[in-house]
Amino acid sequence: MAQGVTASRAAAPPRRRRRRRLDPVLLAFLVPAAVLYLWFVLWPTLQAFQYSLTDWDGLSASFGWVGPDNYEKLATGDSVFRKAFGNSLKFMLTVVIGQTVLSLALAVALLRSTRISIFLRALFFFPTVLSSVSVAFIWSFVYDPTFGLANRLLAVVGLGSWQQPWLGDQDMAIYYLAIVQIWFHAGQLMVVYIAGLQQIPQDLYDAAALDGAGRWQKFRFVTFPLLQPSTVIVVAYTTIQSFKAFDLIIASTGGGPNHATEILATLIYTTAFRNFEMGYAAAQSVIFMVLIAAITILQRKAVSLASGGSDR
Amino acid sequence: MSTSTETTAASPTAPRRARRRRPDWSELPRGALLAVYALLIAVPLVVVLLTAFKTSSQMYENPFALPATPSLANFAELWAGGRIGTSFLNSVIVTAVSVTVTLLVSSWAAFSISRIGGRLGTFLYLFFSLGLAVPAQVAMIPQYVIFDQLGLTNSLLGLILINIAVTCSVAIFILTGFFRTLPQELFEAAQIDGAGTWQLYWRIALPLSTPSLAAVAIFLFVMHWNDLLYPLLFITDPDLATLPKALLDFKGEYTTNYPVLFAGVIIASIPMIVAYVFLQRWFVAGITAGAVRG
Repeated sequence: MAQGVTASRAAAPPRRRRRRRLDPVLLAFLVPAAVLYLWFVLWPTLQAFQYSLTDWDGLSASFGWVGPDNYEKLATGDSVFRKAFGNSLKFMLTVVIGQTVLSLALAVALLRSTRISIFLRALFFFPTVLSSVSVAFIWSFVYDPTFGLANRLLAVVGLGSWQQPWLGDQDMAIYYLAIVQIWFHAGQLMVVYIAGLQQIPQDLYDAAALDGAGRWQKFRFVTFPLLQPSTVIVVAYTTIQSFKAFDLIIASTGGGPNHATEILATLIYTTAFRNFEMGYAAAQSVIFMVLIAAITILQRKAVSLASGGSDR
Repeated sequence: MSTSTETTAASPTAPRRARRRRPDWSELPRGALLAVYALLIAVPLVVVLLTAFKTSSQMYENPFALPATPSLANFAELWAGGRIGTSFLNSVIVTAVSVTVTLLVSSWAAFSISRIGGRLGTFLYLFFSLGLAVPAQVAMIPQYVIFDQLGLTNSLLGLILINIAVTCSVAIFILTGFFRTLPQELFEAAQIDGAGTWQLYWRIALPLSTPSLAAVAIFLFVMHWNDLLYPLLFITDPDLATLPKALLDFKGEYTTNYPVLFAGVIIASIPMIVAYVFLQRWFVAGITAGAVRG
């Protein structure tokens, strides 16, 4: 893609001068997408900031301006919000680390295009095409404390003492849901890694072998550094995806028990559409957006530091 | 682990069986990882499939066993509820129209951006890309109010419009990237032959972009078919629910009656599974294109 951009830029100046007048058909082509996008995406996003300064309940015709009160309450007096904030971070970190490591390991293991590899790639990718609601149901069943698969399997292999209430365990439930998210999407990111691995020239491995590099050294000094662009994509995408695990959580635990699996995305929904505190929910959503932006910027910084400031 | 690639690849003539027999212990971790993960993916899916054809008591007895007498009773029960067929139809309508129209308006916009080029082109590109950074839960509250005022809640048209609006950013992002790689000479040659803008779009840009369009179409298909958020926000009338919303409602109704719930899961997943089996390459390309966007 980057090549295309530079190519068209390089070719742009002479052409631009030639067609100063914009083609009306080209402008018309922009209109439908631009109207829908402005009206139903950008405008509502801006409105969220405005809402966040009110105490509107979503039902009554009138509302009051409360200034920064909502934010003050979020920062000081709201233990549920703090819990959801913490859960979002726990969930994100577990998913990002687990999913990146797992999808890389799977990609390395399945790089060779044998018939079995191709079959396993298709199998591992498969959950990605299911809906979050289906995945939530499947795992509610796996985790069911009385007759779920997890506890049954543990009993079968003689680990009955490890049986858990799983999603009923207030301290651990969010991590068990992170496992579901990883199961759901690791295969998708495995594919990104396989594409990255296939671009590493074989010569480099041959050269490393000549220098006496072992298997681990080849991975450490050839594969891993050359995979960095893929890793950037995987980590960035997994992060965003984990903050958006809304459907999965709504359809499995609904954020319970006692907000143990509440993340910011689900809390915003509940606050707005169950408790009808639209203004307050809007303030939560603004914090949510700031958090995602901050993490994205941090990741970009980390990447450019790691690659000696050369990248982006 | 790359060495393992070479050991087999080095001797393609040797019969594979013979090589496998010799125990290569360094292969063990790889084999173990793949076997365990394959079971982790396959077992829950197989159990879901089996359970949908069982009674509740059979499921309690042994979830791993084959159904003693496979029965379609769970499917029949769902069907008799009268909702699943309607929801299926709603999902088909909403997804088909959303994917088609999103593809159409996004390819227009992307074509336009790539043809305009220069500083204005870059500005438009960034303008649409902003949408990629907006989490759905930020815009959703005002979106609800806007759609409510327009009378577009409890309406399939409302779902279609919101689908187009929120996914056109990704589609424009991917398609612009592709259109920019098309050789400009083609367009110039066609213009000399008297082709208008529409012809450049319809006869040159689109036919050359079929792989990208297919990838984006699949990506949109998966997004729109599986979406829960907007039906949850906008639809309260059960007759207008799409499948994910209907499934969620079933959970309230059947609680832990998993055989019936799984029959619903299977019905909701069938189109996706069939498409995946036949268009696998495009699925991988499409969903990955969606991931690589950021």
